[in-house]
Amino acid sequence: MPELQRTIQTPSELTKKDFVSDQEVRWCPGCGDYSILAQMQKIMPELGFPREKIVFFSGIGCSSRFPYYMNTYGFHTIHGRAPAVATGLRCARPDLQIWVITGDGDGLSIGGNHLLHALRRNMDINVILFNNRIYGLTKGQASPTSELGKITKSSPQGTIEHPIDPVSFALSAEATFVARTLAGEPKHLAEILKRAALHPGSSFVEVLQNCNIFNDGAFRHFADKDVRDDRMLYLEHGRPLVFGKQKNRGLMLDCPTLKEIAVNTDEDREKLLVHDETLDDPGLAYSLSRLTYPDYPVSVGVFRYVIKPTYSGMLNEQIDNAIAQKGRGTLEDLFNSGHRWTINRDGTESREHR
Amino acid sequence: MTAQTVAKDKPVEQIERATIRFAGDSGDGIQLSGNQFTLTTASVGNDLATLPDFPAEIRAPAGTLPGVSSFQISFSGSEVLTPGDEPDVLVAMNPAALKANLGELPPGRIIVVNEDAFEPGNLEKAGYTENPLENDDLKAYRVVKVPMTTVTTQALAATKLGKKEVGRCKNFFALGVVYWMYSRPLEPTLEWINEKFAKKREYIEANSLALKAGYNYALTTEIFSAHFAVRKASLKPGTYRNVTGTEATVLGLIAAAEVAKTPLFYGSYPITPASDILHELAKYRHFGVRTFQAEDEISAVGSAIGASYGGHIGVTGTSGPGLSLKSEFIGLGVMVELPLVVIDVQRAGPSTGMPTKTEQADLLQAFFGRHGESPVAIVAAASPSDCFRMAYEAVRLATKYMTPVILLSDGYLTNSSEPWRIPEISELSPIHVDHSVDAASYRPYDRDNATFARRWVVPGTPGAEHRIGGLESEDGTGNVSYDPINHDLMVRIRQAKIMRIAADIPPLKVKGETEGNLLVLGWGSTYGAITTAVENKRTAGKQVSCAHLRYLNPFPQNLGEVLKGFQTILVPELNLGQLQLLLRGKFGGNFVGYNRVEGRPFKVHEIEDKIDELLR
Repeated sequence: MPELQRTIQTPSELTKKDFVSDQEVRWCPGCGDYSILAQMQKIMPELGFPREKIVFFSGIGCSSRFPYYMNTYGFHTIHGRAPAVATGLRCARPDLQIWVITGDGDGLSIGGNHLLHALRRNMDINVILFNNRIYGLTKGQASPTSELGKITKSSPQGTIEHPIDPVSFALSAEATFVARTLAGEPKHLAEILKRAALHPGSSFVEVLQNCNIFNDGAFRHFADKDVRDDRMLYLEHGRPLVFGKQKNRGLMLDCPTLKEIAVNTDEDREKLLVHDETLDDPGLAYSLSRLTYPDYPVSVGVFRYVIKPTYSGMLNEQIDNAIAQKGRGTLEDLFNSGHRWTINRDGTESREHR
Repeated sequence: MTAQTVAKDKPVEQIERATIRFAGDSGDGIQLSGNQFTLTTASVGNDLATLPDFPAEIRAPAGTLPGVSSFQISFSGSEVLTPGDEPDVLVAMNPAALKANLGELPPGRIIVVNEDAFEPGNLEKAGYTENPLENDDLKAYRVVKVPMTTVTTQALAATKLGKKEVGRCKNFFALGVVYWMYSRPLEPTLEWINEKFAKKREYIEANSLALKAGYNYALTTEIFSAHFAVRKASLKPGTYRNVTGTEATVLGLIAAAEVAKTPLFYGSYPITPASDILHELAKYRHFGVRTFQAEDEISAVGSAIGASYGGHIGVTGTSGPGLSLKSEFIGLGVMVELPLVVIDVQRAGPSTGMPTKTEQADLLQAFFGRHGESPVAIVAAASPSDCFRMAYEAVRLATKYMTPVILLSDGYLTNSSEPWRIPEISELSPIHVDHSVDAASYRPYDRDNATFARRWVVPGTPGAEHRIGGLESEDGTGNVSYDPINHDLMVRIRQAKIMRIAADIPPLKVKGETEGNLLVLGWGSTYGAITTAVENKRTAGKQVSCAHLRYLNPFPQNLGEVLKGFQTILVPELNLGQLQLLLRGKFGGNFVGYNRVEGRPFKVHEIEDKIDELLR
């Protein structure tokens, strides 16, 4: 089976509409998920992959309804386990483009173990984690990304657990493509999704997505239109880490941390750290992922993009090598193996086989 | 037997059957000696069965009781279905091995000991205050004392090996002694040594010398006055190889995949005693076999479902605790109706229990260990070589009926071995896998009229893009549905689909009369002990029949009829009566259980005693 091509295909004749399934979308009005679905459906014809070669997996949660709405192959699995099912399909089928749609509860709580291992194995799948920092489908309990002290139905006095940052987690697991984007910034979102699709290896994208019912305004403080330029840092490969409406602030390395500085002069600019998403060591990217508002701007964009052998690639290589060395095994080979002896019809026995 | 290696100068006593147990420290190479004895015994045409027993600790302190490893083999000129109740000969390489095994050795039997190992340090570690070779402890037995370490060292004096390495050769010396006792040829083991140590010439020389030294020692010294011969068995003509349950399972899975022309995927997480299936399958990359060591039991079964979704034969293997973890995913398999084979190598539970010991107590878990109405097909292997047939059947049923199938094996079956007649390819049942579809009219939950299976349409098929999932599906379309009538219908269809399998499996065969006072009905690995016990009783003139279930869900169609023919049905199980409970729920009958949960297989005489009790 030929492997999936990693470049944008000949522009297909399909349009966004061809990727819309006949199922009625049932997210709450105003949910951030609509934007992610719309951008996914929009980039599909742009990428040009045959529709039948695309598979969407999901676990359980609001985000996990996603596959029902894509007119591709789709499999709504069980809570937290989509990466495991996607792993099996990836091992079996090098020709498919595989997406895993998950959320902060599905991917980082019940499914944390599977996500960790799928990423560190460099499993060639695209994991899109919708982070709304709350359990929505079960109506409003704290999630592993809820901030410390968050008051929810399950934590009326505030949570007493420290949240996990999805990008930090993915970088620690050494996913080979790691990015953060926002449901509220469709263009940025679409670009990131496209890059995830084209990356050969484990792609991880955190999408900050507002739950307007149970956690409205979770990202408002830094992501609202009027403040985002000052409170968010858009990572661009090969460009210095600057932010602010006037591009007059930036980050420099001040070992062992990053330090925010004003950028007014050429001398200041010299000091700025230049973003390199291709660094093999995920350490610097990790530091960027730790920056939180209000102490720092929140980084979005691609944190890491490195090319390494994938699990399925190496698995298929082992199979090819074994077949090259021993020949493709047949049923006859199977039955004619091992230490054998024959009982003849006359009851005599011979031990000619080894 | 070849002329060069048969001793002419001592009388030969013909015997019908022999059972030998090798016992020693887990580092003594006991399993290796046992396996060599097995291959040689198979090659001279005896029927046989083996039972290895190893400690749970990987390397318990040398010389201690927890460190004792053993290997029992029973062989005969007649059919052998069990590794024997008690050994005729115990080969004990140290005091701990003697102490750990003596309890199972009836008076009058032979003990061959490595006399050199009975020194104060080892005696103390084994908890002996006195040397049992020097007092009356063993007077009920025929004790053959052999200074194995001393003689091996002398025999290997000319080699360049150090003391420690020489010490490691004494298992071959012991093997040589036993080869002479039972008139076995040395050639198969000498050939094996040559192959195994091809890159270490000095070990070929040393191990060969030790083997021959043991043989000659027994031949020339006064320790034995006679040796034994066991006539060849009249096995059905054909080509044989000796297989453990693990090997047979692997061969069955691969054979099924080859016949189905569909690649095999095996997702598994290490767990005793199922890990060997993963190790064995990993050797078959050149058959296109994909093995995946998952991060946990859940991922192992999930990956198998993912592979099946992609058109491969998804298989996962585990033992009891792992089956518990896989429950939710097996339920998903029931819901999305994809092929899935789940192998449960049962071990003594609950919880971690006794991981290296055998049991049959997962039957009800296989039936009911999921939420909701969640029927799966269940099959069970009856003997080590039968694992081939039932693994093959598991794949056949999973792919034909688009369902999870649980294959029940156990710790005894997976490690024990027996000769397996290699089938002709033409004897294998056909397995047709067809992913094709008429995309224009395709609906994911349309079904085959006969099997009720939905079509196995895989991603990559143009025009048939569809969604499946764990939410209830609407009949036909597969769309998510909360309709109460539809749910009731789908629950019943899933159940009916499994029941349809009953028409596709062989009827239950009864050995002996089909009507009478007593039927002994078993399932799984108790086949050998039950069948042997019933045959012995029948030979002794008792009227008793037996039957063995390999298909548990659904049961064979004629099971109810078979049960009606008998006044009493004895159901021996290595659990507290799980099959019996199922039988009572479905059929009338006077069921009597015989239940032991000691982590070991039944002994033949235990079942014979129970039969006697019921026929009295």
